[in-house]
Amino acid sequence: MTDYQIKESTEVYDAIVVGSGAGGGMAGYILAHAGLKVLMLEAGPFFDPAKDALQLRWPWESPRRGASTTRPFGDFDAAFGGWQLEGEPYTTVGGTEFEWFRARMLGGRTNHWGRISLRMGPDDFQPTDGETEAWPITYEEVKPFYDRVDRMIGIYGTVEGIRNEPDGIFMKPPKPRLNELFIAKGAKKAGVPVIPGRGSVLTEASPEIKGRGTCFYCGQCGRSCKVYGDFSSSSCLVMPAMKTGNLKVIDHAMVREVLTNDEGIAIGVSYVSTTDMQEYAVKGKTVILGASACESARIMLNSKSKAHPGGVGNSSGLVGRYLHDSTGASLSGFLPQLLDRKRYNEDGVGSVHIYSPWWEDNTKLTFPRGYHIEYGGGLGMPSYGFTNWVPQVNGKVAGQNGEKKVSGGYGKDLKNDYRRFYGANVGMAGRGTALARKDNYCEIDPNRVDKFGIPVLRFHYKWANEEVAQAKHMQETFQSIMHEMGAIITSTIPGADTLYGLEAPGKIIHEGGTTRMGNDPKASVLNKWGQAHDCKNLYVVDAGPFVQQGDKNLTWTILALSMRTAEYILEEKKKLNG
Amino acid sequence: MNRRESLKALGLIAAGSGVLAASSCQQEKTTADTATASDKLPGVQDFEHERNKQLQAEKFFTEHEMATITVLADIIIPQDDTSGSASEAGVPAFIEFMVKDLPENKIPMRGGLKWLDVQCQKRYGNAFINCKNEQQLGLIDEIAYPETAKPEMRQGVAFFSLMRNFTASGFFTSEMGVKDIGYAGNRPGVWNGVPPDVLQTYGFDTEAFFG
Repeated sequence: MTDYQIKESTEVYDAIVVGSGAGGGMAGYILAHAGLKVLMLEAGPFFDPAKDALQLRWPWESPRRGASTTRPFGDFDAAFGGWQLEGEPYTTVGGTEFEWFRARMLGGRTNHWGRISLRMGPDDFQPTDGETEAWPITYEEVKPFYDRVDRMIGIYGTVEGIRNEPDGIFMKPPKPRLNELFIAKGAKKAGVPVIPGRGSVLTEASPEIKGRGTCFYCGQCGRSCKVYGDFSSSSCLVMPAMKTGNLKVIDHAMVREVLTNDEGIAIGVSYVSTTDMQEYAVKGKTVILGASACESARIMLNSKSKAHPGGVGNSSGLVGRYLHDSTGASLSGFLPQLLDRKRYNEDGVGSVHIYSPWWEDNTKLTFPRGYHIEYGGGLGMPSYGFTNWVPQVNGKVAGQNGEKKVSGGYGKDLKNDYRRFYGANVGMAGRGTALARKDNYCEIDPNRVDKFGIPVLRFHYKWANEEVAQAKHMQETFQSIMHEMGAIITSTIPGADTLYGLEAPGKIIHEGGTTRMGNDPKASVLNKWGQAHDCKNLYVVDAGPFVQQGDKNLTWTILALSMRTAEYILEEKKKLNG
Repeated sequence: MNRRESLKALGLIAAGSGVLAASSCQQEKTTADTATASDKLPGVQDFEHERNKQLQAEKFFTEHEMATITVLADIIIPQDDTSGSASEAGVPAFIEFMVKDLPENKIPMRGGLKWLDVQCQKRYGNAFINCKNEQQLGLIDEIAYPETAKPEMRQGVAFFSLMRNFTASGFFTSEMGVKDIGYAGNRPGVWNGVPPDVLQTYGFDTEAFFG
C-alpha cells in the first residue's frame, strides 16, 4: 500500500497535553480532576512502576550485573532511554557540547530521578547579584503551589529557616547513614553546613495521600517504586488522572507539530505512532507542552505556518535560547576509619539523606549564585564495577597486620581487601546554577531528520568563566571536607585543564530555559502563566519556562508552576464561558 | 496505605509467613550464578531482551582462552574459609558475556591472554595454563602491582587490571559473592538510623540526629 494519509480524530478535547513527566502529569491531573476532557500523548510506552519496576531484583538477575550498557544508570534503573536514542539523533555545532537525555515512557524521567525535592527561594526568583535575570514572578506567588505540591505528593525534610532554602510541609526525614555522620562532622569543621535531605518519598502515611504505600527503605527509588512510595508522575499523577475518566493516554505517540488555524490559534497536534508509523492528528481547544525543555522547543520550532513562520510561539525568536543545565562536579574517596566495618542494612531511602545548601557570601567570590552538595557512599547493593577502586588504593593504608603493601594484588589477601574496603567509600557532588545565556541554545538542524522524519535539534552550548569558577570552588570545598573527615581521596583531583571536573552541559539532566517566561513579548516566549505570547491557547509546563534556575533540582518547581498554569487555564475557560 | 499494606501490595506478606520469606525463597530458587537470558523480566524492554539473547547465543572466547580465564579468575579470587572461588561463582561465563556486551574489551582481553601465553612460552616453554603454579604466580607477581611493575610489563599490568576488575565484579555480584561481602539490604525493612552499637564504636551520640 502506498497511500499516505493522516488519520484525523473527530473528537475535540478540552486540552491536549504533550508529555507525561512532572509538568505534563501535573497539568493533566489538575485539568482532569476539574472535569476537562484531556488527551495526553506520550512518545514512549505505558509504564506502571507497580508492574514494571525492577525494584528488589538482585545483581545476578542481570546478565551484566547492572552495568550501564543499555541504560545509562544501569540495568535496573527505571529510565527507558538515555543520552543517545536509536534513530533519534541530535547534533552540536563545532566547539560546543550538549548531552541530551530523554526518557521515552509514561512518567518520563520522574520514574528514575533522585527525588531530591528543593524549592527555589526568593533570591532564585528575584536575584540581586546583578548578573542573573529575574523571573516575572516572586517566591511569594509560587509558595502556595509549593505548599500544595508538598501535601499532595509528600516530601520529607526539616524546618531550617534558611532564607533562600525555603521550608516546606515536611514528613520526618530518614536518619543519616554512618558515612553521612562522618561527612556532616567533617563538613562542619570545614565551614560547610549539612542539613537533613528533602525528598519526595513517603516516610509517613498521610490522610491526604491515597492509593500509595509508605516507604519500606530499599534505597531503590531510581528503579521506581512498586508501592508508589515515592513520586513518579506515572504513579502519582497520570494514573490517578486516568481514574477520573477524564484523561486518556495515547502512548507511542511522537508529536510532530502543533497545528494552528489561519489566525494562528492552536487547534491540535499531529503525531506519528512509533508502533505502526502512521500519521495522526488530534484536536484540542488548548494545547499544553510538557515534553521536556528541549523537546517542547523542538516541537514549537517545527510548527511552522503562515501565522507562525518561525515556529509557533516564536515571534520573539527566543524559542530554544537561554538553554541551561546545572553545573556538576564530583570527588570520591574513602574513610580509613570505616575499614572492616560491621555489616547491617543501611539502604535507607533512594533520595538524599543529607545535603549542603549553598552557604557562601558571593561578594567574596568570583562567580554569582552557587551550588548545593549531595553525598554518597556506604554499604550499597553490589553492582557491576563497584569493587574496581579497591586494588587501586589498598596500598594507601596499613593492612590488618599493620603493615603497608603495594596497591593491587590477587588471591586471598586481595579477596579480603574487597571485604575490608566495602562500605568505606565516600563521594560528593556539587549541583549548581549555570547562567541562562542567550548564546547557549538549541535550534532546528537544517540538514537532518530523525527516523520519523522530524527535523532534529542542533545545540550550541559553551561553559563560561562563571561555571568554571564555580567548579573550582566545588573541588576546593570537596577537598577540604575530605581532609576534615580524615578521608583519603581516590579520584584524580581535576585541575584547570579539565575545567575542574565540570561535567558537559546536559549531563546533570536539569536542562531548562528554552521557552522562558517574561512580561515583554520581545524578550520572552511565554507570559508569567506559561502561556505563549503569540498563541493564546498554547502553554508550556516543563522546565522550558524557567528564566533562570537556582541550584535547586528542577522538579518541585516544575510541579508547582504546572499546577499554577493548569489553574490559570481553568480560570481562563471560566471567563470564556461566563 | 501504611507500611504493612505496602508490603501486602508487594506480595511480600503471604498468609502466615514473615516479610523476609519471599526474598529468601527467591535466593534459593536462583541457582545459576549468571542470569539466563531466556527469562524476560517485566520492565525489561524488548530490544534489551533480544540483545541479551543474541549475545548469549554468540561465542567469543576459544576453549583455550576460557581455560586460561578460569585459571586466572581463581588466582585472583580463590576459595577461602568464607566462600568459594571465582569459577565456582560463574565468573568465566560472566566475563564471556561482558566482552560481548562491552565489545571494546574484546581485543584487550584476547590480546592480553595471548600476551600471557607468549610470556610463558618464552620463559617456561609452555602456555600459561600448562605452567606450574609457582611459574604462573611468578609472572602474575610482575603484573599485579601497577606502582612497582617494570616498564616493560605495562601491557601485562593493563590486562591484569582489567581481568581483576571483571573477576571481582563478577564474583561479588553473584549470589555467593553478595553473601560473602555481607550486603544486608534489598529487602523491605525500617530504617531507624545507624545501630546504637555502631554509633558507640565510632564515638557518635546515639540520640542526636547528626550523632
